[in-house]
Amino acid sequence: MDVTHALAAGMGGMRTAGDLVARMQMARGMRLPEAKRYVADKLGCTVRDLSDSYAMEQIRGEKGLGRILDHSNLHPGEPNAMTAKFRIAELLGVPINSVERFRELAGS
Amino acid sequence: MVGAHDSREARPVEAKIPSRMGDGFMVEMTRGELRADIEAATDEAARKAKVPPLGPDELDHLLDIYASRAAFTAVDIGDQVVLSCDGGGSKMTGTDLQDLLESEQRLGQDILELWHIEYSYKAIKTILPFQQQVMQNVQMMCTVPVQYGAQPNLAFYSKPDGPAENWFELLPRGDIVGARAAVDEAMEHATKDFIYVGEGMLDAGADGMDFDTTGGAGDADFFSTLRAVKHLRAKYPDAGIEVGMAGEFVIGVHGELEWEGRRLAGLWPAEQVQVCQDAGATIFGPAVNIRTGKSCAWNAAYSITVCKPAMEVARIPVHPNVGEGVGGVPVNGYPPEDAASRAARAHVDILKCDGL
Repeated sequence: MDVTHALAAGMGGMRTAGDLVARMQMARGMRLPEAKRYVADKLGCTVRDLSDSYAMEQIRGEKGLGRILDHSNLHPGEPNAMTAKFRIAELLGVPINSVERFRELAGS
Repeated sequence: MVGAHDSREARPVEAKIPSRMGDGFMVEMTRGELRADIEAATDEAARKAKVPPLGPDELDHLLDIYASRAAFTAVDIGDQVVLSCDGGGSKMTGTDLQDLLESEQRLGQDILELWHIEYSYKAIKTILPFQQQVMQNVQMMCTVPVQYGAQPNLAFYSKPDGPAENWFELLPRGDIVGARAAVDEAMEHATKDFIYVGEGMLDAGADGMDFDTTGGAGDADFFSTLRAVKHLRAKYPDAGIEVGMAGEFVIGVHGELEWEGRRLAGLWPAEQVQVCQDAGATIFGPAVNIRTGKSCAWNAAYSITVCKPAMEVARIPVHPNVGEGVGGVPVNGYPPEDAASRAARAHVDILKCDGL
């Protein structure tokens, strides 16, 4: 069922900008149109690009926001996971809890 | 003169379309039968919830979605919404970390949820350090937001499972005062546990908390949750807080509980979202349980009619529940993709909801 909903109506998570829009809903309680507009403005793209995996693969790569990795699509040396979240927090202008925790635990 | 309906005259026969019942069983219905179901459902929902029925254009669109022979359907390009996946993942991949990575990397989920198979705050309290460690590890490896989820399950605080007297035994005896005192005692324990677990998981790096199936034990269940939401919002201003409901209206088990002057018993989604956003939630999930004896078209029309007024008063994102047995998705271990995708599309297209 998770797959069904992802294909029928989901933004696509980090294949696209679904996680970024989700962060604005979670952290700021933004309704969907506002959250999409906010993220699109930060990324410098259109709202439709946000759920387009072709467009977002390029944009995420350029901005170091983390991309899906598989055997034919590897990006060693590029930010992912925690390191990508440092950049996502800066891009969106919202603190990410785990990034703050990481910073604190790493002593930086 | 030949009458308007000469019995000897051949009449067109409506084609049968494969459709589903609320339990997942496949049936065949005509377009006319589907329309009749949709119209009956919106009328019934409007009468029960005291809300407007769906309009002609909305009914036509719903009918088009359900009177299709397609194995799968989807929203238009650009209309995709955020998926918050309560209790997502399979739990069969070996570890929670692998499970969540698979959900992120392979299923493309927008919000992940770490959860334990004992999905109650009361139970999680006893294993909090273990869950905190998993959350810390998960946050190191995942890019998308990860919230922690469990259910309030207030009834677990009554005997024989908990310390309070069992109000479900006191009420049939007519001991209203005793029952309310038992509920009050249970609520004190419950809110403390929700806050304890919520603070613990947010201190471990969670992006948010999910109170899933809220109100399952009625207004007191809802009230205990709202108090925890308010506390967590004050302490963690940037945390996501999702409140997902257990049913379309809040059952009055206590009956006198109010949230900032609004009586909780009997609230429907439009009022539920208002108390949730006032308490500090950032995502609200209305839930309308399936009627297994009705078609999925009937159930979707009913759910959308009940939820629609919430969209108009919400200041926060609304993610209607479309999991097993809610929101027009059959109550079945393997919800058929034809039915689940129709439910998803119908809610997004007609409600213009912010997520699912």
